[in-house]
Amino acid sequence: MPFIPHTEADIAAMLTSIGAPSLDALFDEIPADLACGGLSGVPEGLSEMAVTRLMHGRAARDGFYSGFLGAGAYEHHIPAAVWQIVTRGEFYSAYTPYQAEASQGTLQLLYEYQTMMASLTGLDVSNASLYDGATALAEAVLMAVRANKAGVRRVLMPDTVHPRYRAVVEATVKHQSIELISVPFDKTSGLTALSALEALAGEAAAALVIPQPNFFGALEPVDALTDWAHGHGMLAIAVVNPLSLALLKAPGRWGTGTQPQGADICVGDGQPLGVPLSSGGPYFGFMTARQALVRQMPGRIVGRTVDLDGKPGFALTLQAREQHIRRSKATSNICTNQGLLVTAATIHMSLLGPEGLKNVALASHANTRALLDKLLSVPGVERVFDGPFFHEAVIRLSSPVPDVLRALRAQGILGGHDLAGDYPELAGCILICATETKTTEDLEQYRQQLDRILSRRREAPPCAYK
Amino acid sequence: MLIFEHAHPGRRAHAQAPHNAPAADDLPADLLRQDAPLLPETSELDVVRHYTRLSQKNFSIDTQFYPLGSCTMKYNPRACNTLAMLPQFLARHPLADVETGQGFLVSMYELQEMLKEVTGMAAVSMAPMAGAHGEFAGVAMIRAYHDARGDTARREIIVPDAAHGTNPATASMCGYTVREIPTDRQGNVDLEALRAAVGPQTAGLMLTNPSTLGVFEQSIIEIQKIVHAAGGLSYYDGANLNAILGRVRPGDMGFDVIHMNLHKTFSTPHGGGGPGAGPVGVSERLRPFLPIPYVLEERGFHRWAEEGDCPQSIGRLSAFGGNMGVLLRAWVYARMLGGQGMHRVAEFAALNANYLASELRKAGFDLAFPERRASHEFIITMKKLKDATGISAMDFAKRLLDYGFHAPTTYFPMLVPECLLIEPTETESRETLDAFVTAMVQIRDEALATPELVKGAPHTLPVRRLDDVKAARELDLAWKPV
Repeated sequence: MPFIPHTEADIAAMLTSIGAPSLDALFDEIPADLACGGLSGVPEGLSEMAVTRLMHGRAARDGFYSGFLGAGAYEHHIPAAVWQIVTRGEFYSAYTPYQAEASQGTLQLLYEYQTMMASLTGLDVSNASLYDGATALAEAVLMAVRANKAGVRRVLMPDTVHPRYRAVVEATVKHQSIELISVPFDKTSGLTALSALEALAGEAAAALVIPQPNFFGALEPVDALTDWAHGHGMLAIAVVNPLSLALLKAPGRWGTGTQPQGADICVGDGQPLGVPLSSGGPYFGFMTARQALVRQMPGRIVGRTVDLDGKPGFALTLQAREQHIRRSKATSNICTNQGLLVTAATIHMSLLGPEGLKNVALASHANTRALLDKLLSVPGVERVFDGPFFHEAVIRLSSPVPDVLRALRAQGILGGHDLAGDYPELAGCILICATETKTTEDLEQYRQQLDRILSRRREAPPCAYK
Repeated sequence: MLIFEHAHPGRRAHAQAPHNAPAADDLPADLLRQDAPLLPETSELDVVRHYTRLSQKNFSIDTQFYPLGSCTMKYNPRACNTLAMLPQFLARHPLADVETGQGFLVSMYELQEMLKEVTGMAAVSMAPMAGAHGEFAGVAMIRAYHDARGDTARREIIVPDAAHGTNPATASMCGYTVREIPTDRQGNVDLEALRAAVGPQTAGLMLTNPSTLGVFEQSIIEIQKIVHAAGGLSYYDGANLNAILGRVRPGDMGFDVIHMNLHKTFSTPHGGGGPGAGPVGVSERLRPFLPIPYVLEERGFHRWAEEGDCPQSIGRLSAFGGNMGVLLRAWVYARMLGGQGMHRVAEFAALNANYLASELRKAGFDLAFPERRASHEFIITMKKLKDATGISAMDFAKRLLDYGFHAPTTYFPMLVPECLLIEPTETESRETLDAFVTAMVQIRDEALATPELVKGAPHTLPVRRLDDVKAARELDLAWKPV
């Protein structure tokens, strides 16, 4: 029997101890007419060998592509040591560290992670993870509303925030009568338009969400936006790519002046820090905040303390915020989080160090710049936004995007993310990204194939006059 | 020692990052970082050794027995991890066209269909990323259902007092108020209290069955009648699905919406706190409200159902559709078990729980519900021992750690005083259960002979009992360089 160790002798002896005549008798309190009598619709069990063969076949069928997709999930090299340690049984098969004495490994790792994230984002405190970047933003919005003493339930949400994140926030907060106000972007720069914000300044809001880089890869004027939020009595919620923070100003330092106030809450997806793409998950959401907001935070938090002998140790703390203590008054219903992914990120950041992480950011950015230069040399390709960006950019193609992407795919290239679905005004545009994993040959291959596809279409327009 | 204390300026793990990265001279200076983040400067060996040693400070299923009630800490088969981490699966971008991921998507579709069969529900979405996330989706669907009918006066969710904390917390997140109802002396929902609680304000009832008291709600059909007659919907919290896998299905019990915890019942790892996966299943009338995405099959081709396919959906719960890698592990597990293997899961989970309960009772421990059949878990109460010796359930739990057993769930459910909630799972052998009973007896002897030994436990772990009050009062949540 798969994963069940009992021998016939065990079963007999155990039933005797219980005083039950059969295994079926153990279910005698369940009304007999509810019994389903088995699961005929589930296929028969396979051996490990058979399931391995089946899965290898499916993996081979999916194969590998040369990917230039970003849009919130990024292909980065992950050192071999990361997942070898993560999948050690002592991390992989451990429970949530409620029994602190038996979980010091996980707890200390989480404390180290909290330290790294607080420093990377320039804020005081970090929790131990949320599900993903999108749910982390939803929790940040709820937190900002809870922290608003005047009871204001509006939050300003720029259109340059990842469209999927906005969808998740909407689905999460709508039940609590929270209103999300969209803020349009400037069509030349791709940046949140300050003039649009000014138009919204008349009515109070609990927070302004500030993406950096924004969904288009464009770098927002975060100092001005943060000052604007604070100047209008709102919290500033940063939503960032954590890798970019090896290079870009930490949200805790956003704002102008010698003592900038900084963003109040920072969230994002930790995937670029050692987590494989895996079709979208599991990733992890991170959240950091100013000290004053720590009791409003959702999720688990680890603190350093001492044991009975005065020896330093680690434990979950501020649990009175959480559902297992506070029940209907908890800051969130979250219980299980993404601990194992945080384990990966902590080891990943330790292996790379401050300089390594910065080099990954620089190399990724340089590759995207090089790719952009190459693609802009192809007739029929033009840049869409004019300002600075980080490792992701928008281009417009002269031929229909789905056709071009399909033709590229036939050559083993995933050319970018079609923006038409989420931004009808950007029909014909794609979002491209080249991380440090790409070589000059990879970039050149993309340029050549795009040139070939676009030039063929220029010479033979598709069926327009048939 | 923290990883930061292993660091030396200028030391690095040279193999791990690009060298000679070009400057980002196109970026405006006022957007750049001035100070380096506090990440350690260490060698690869420093890092490997540090985190390997940290791992050794953990209890885990691979190293210890975890009789942790309501958590289903069963063996996590290694094949599930190996096959979910095949390089093609890891490399697939979430926004890559579905044409490039049919091998992955057919696996997702098969899992979705198997979960329908296992639960007896009409449709399943695997978008939620944990049990509580599934609860959120489920209660949001209850709300969407009532709202779509214009039935907007229903503002209340009923939960039994024994429910997991996530139930009331979820109801609040969905904008509902919570009404708690009591449990009777046999561990069942108090039917009279339920009848008194329902009304035109009732949106639904959230129920775990078998309950967190480790017993099956025998009046489940009557409960459904009461809730449905009042116009409410019923929600099944799948935390204890392992107890009935392949024997009774929530759909057959009349539930309208359920969630499963794949990190419990389908043996995906707990990972020191996550990731989980909390798929939701619904009856026909809730199908339009399922969270997106879920997998559609069209003549052998698989794709995600998205906004356009389901206009009444409660929406998206994650940026990219859920914890796909966890779902792949669950698929491998389900395929290795097959229908018959799943049927045996509940049988042997029940056998182990009832055997352990029986042996502990024979050894003189008090079952909280001695007249009842244990499901896959059961409760013992240490109240008599506490009254006699001052040794609490918590002391007992901590002393178990010294014996190499993870503590059972303590002080939950709260309505049983000095309780230990014990769930052995089907993957443990009889010898392990016997060794646990022996340890329990020895600790009780110690409690009588040398109570200080038990009160001061644990003695053999990396740390002794930690000062939680200091942790909360003098918050130290991030290391600062001296």
